[in-house]
Amino acid sequence: MRTWQTNIATLVILVFFLVAPFLFPNNMSQLSDLMIFILIALAWDMLGGQMGYNSFGNVLFFGIGMYIVASSEVILGGFKLAEYTSAMGGNQGSFILTPSQYLIGFGVGIALASIINFFLGLLIGSQFLQMRGHYFAITTLAIGVAAAEVARSIPIIGAGSGMNFPQPPDGVPLFHILYYMGLALVVLFFIFLSWLYKTRFGFIMNAIRDDEDKAESMGLPTASIKSTAWAISAFVFAYAGALYGSAKNFIDPSEVAFPFTTIGVWMILMAIMGGMGTIWGPIIGAIVFQIFKELFWTYLFGWQRVALGLLIVIIVVFFPDGIMGAFNNWKKRRNLQNTAKAKT
Amino acid sequence: MSEIILEIKNVSKSYGGVIANQNISINVPKGKITGLIGPNGSGKSTLFGSVVGNHPINSGTIKYKGKEISHMRVGEIARLGLLRTFQQTRIYGEMDGVKNMLISRPIRHHNLMPSFHRPHKDDYEKANSLLDFVGLSSKKHLLAGSLSFGQQKLLEFAMALMNEPEMLLLDEPTAGINPTLINGLIDRLKAANEEFGVTLFVIEHNMRVIMNLAEEIHVLANGKLLSSGSPEEIQNDPRVIEAYLGGH
Repeated sequence: MRTWQTNIATLVILVFFLVAPFLFPNNMSQLSDLMIFILIALAWDMLGGQMGYNSFGNVLFFGIGMYIVASSEVILGGFKLAEYTSAMGGNQGSFILTPSQYLIGFGVGIALASIINFFLGLLIGSQFLQMRGHYFAITTLAIGVAAAEVARSIPIIGAGSGMNFPQPPDGVPLFHILYYMGLALVVLFFIFLSWLYKTRFGFIMNAIRDDEDKAESMGLPTASIKSTAWAISAFVFAYAGALYGSAKNFIDPSEVAFPFTTIGVWMILMAIMGGMGTIWGPIIGAIVFQIFKELFWTYLFGWQRVALGLLIVIIVVFFPDGIMGAFNNWKKRRNLQNTAKAKT
Repeated sequence: MSEIILEIKNVSKSYGGVIANQNISINVPKGKITGLIGPNGSGKSTLFGSVVGNHPINSGTIKYKGKEISHMRVGEIARLGLLRTFQQTRIYGEMDGVKNMLISRPIRHHNLMPSFHRPHKDDYEKANSLLDFVGLSSKKHLLAGSLSFGQQKLLEFAMALMNEPEMLLLDEPTAGINPTLINGLIDRLKAANEEFGVTLFVIEHNMRVIMNLAEEIHVLANGKLLSSGSPEEIQNDPRVIEAYLGGH
């Protein structure tokens, strides 16, 4: 697509997303989930699609982000975290926040979650990114599983019983806030990635994907590029996790915080469906995934996972390069045909 | 006498019980083209791998511009300006030729900040000029993985030059290249040496190429240094002839 066409398409999509809450006021939960899915698909693709590091472990940052924002709301609401979590289930009425307490706790929490996870990502990445291929994938899978188990053993965050978020005070349009905060980072992250993938940093990420040994033998700073990319991804996952937890209003260690059988798989599926290694692929993949997921959960309840599985099989078999990959291949074929026609 | 840029001294390397290099000492003069030949399995590529840090050596020392590099990592050695190309081409197959070239611009430090810049106009000009230099101008927008083996070799050579190395280790640069293109490649290797001042250390099986190219040649056989000398001396050395043709 030509640049002006791409820009117009981008603008149309952006305007649609801006007005979507007014068009679909009864679907705010699904819309905010969509923003979260776009974020995690883009952030996963940064590692898996652009850099060739297929990670299952990003749910670590997703879950930590969630716990940080919940804890921040409690603490900045003037309560002690241990008292709050130990009282859960029986005495929530004592922990009522004012709108300003809630919003300050939420805002500070989401900022802290993102920043802390960025540095945590740097730290972890410098160690785990020395592994490659299957070893890296399996290790990151283990991180996700282990994280849930560790969370289950920490009483101050509710241990195995999980942790409720403080109830949003009346008058706080939670899902609108979550949706627009998600959209804000989607827009910023999209602009950032569009720029990053055209810089040398992005080129080196692609070089690592195509032949890391070659990149290293050319003196490229592969280790620091990998760690930095992983940390950026961790930042976004923590932000998305904070939104997701707030939307669900309850953190279960393995079902919500570190859900490697749902979010941990979906983040990869969305990127594959849309087209790995492309800027639009994860966005399109997330939109398609969310639409079909909601349709299946609504109309095929009981068989929804089977239907989702079938959809994935169909896409992988008929569009192995994803939707964007199929589109790009079609464009190439059309250009070749046009060139051939022009010659004859 | 020329200044020595690479000093390999008593280097040994073994894999389990297999001795790949045994007590090898070679000096490579700066600004020259030096050849390394030997039958298959004689340890040539292993020696290249040892020089650029692909694997640790068992004993001996390797110095590049007087600096001990035998325990340094691949990337650190590359950032000193010492690069190698491979027998089997190593290019970034999912990107076009130009992007392969732009990625190969030199980085001589750990600072990531310059990586957050888009390539400059000068970078594109240099990439295009080097692609033209190796005869790949018309193929520059094709995916590197779709190029023929010979073209990938040329691209890999151009990528190495883009990195502005002071010394380049070329592992069989003419292998897989159409015989009609080999003369052109010899000219380009000589031009890279003369115009860009790159010291070349070349492994080559094509005797016509290496005799035409190198000023000094070292011969390995069974992991040991068999002979060293000018192309004429090597061609007339009975030990070399025996190593290649067998002792019958």
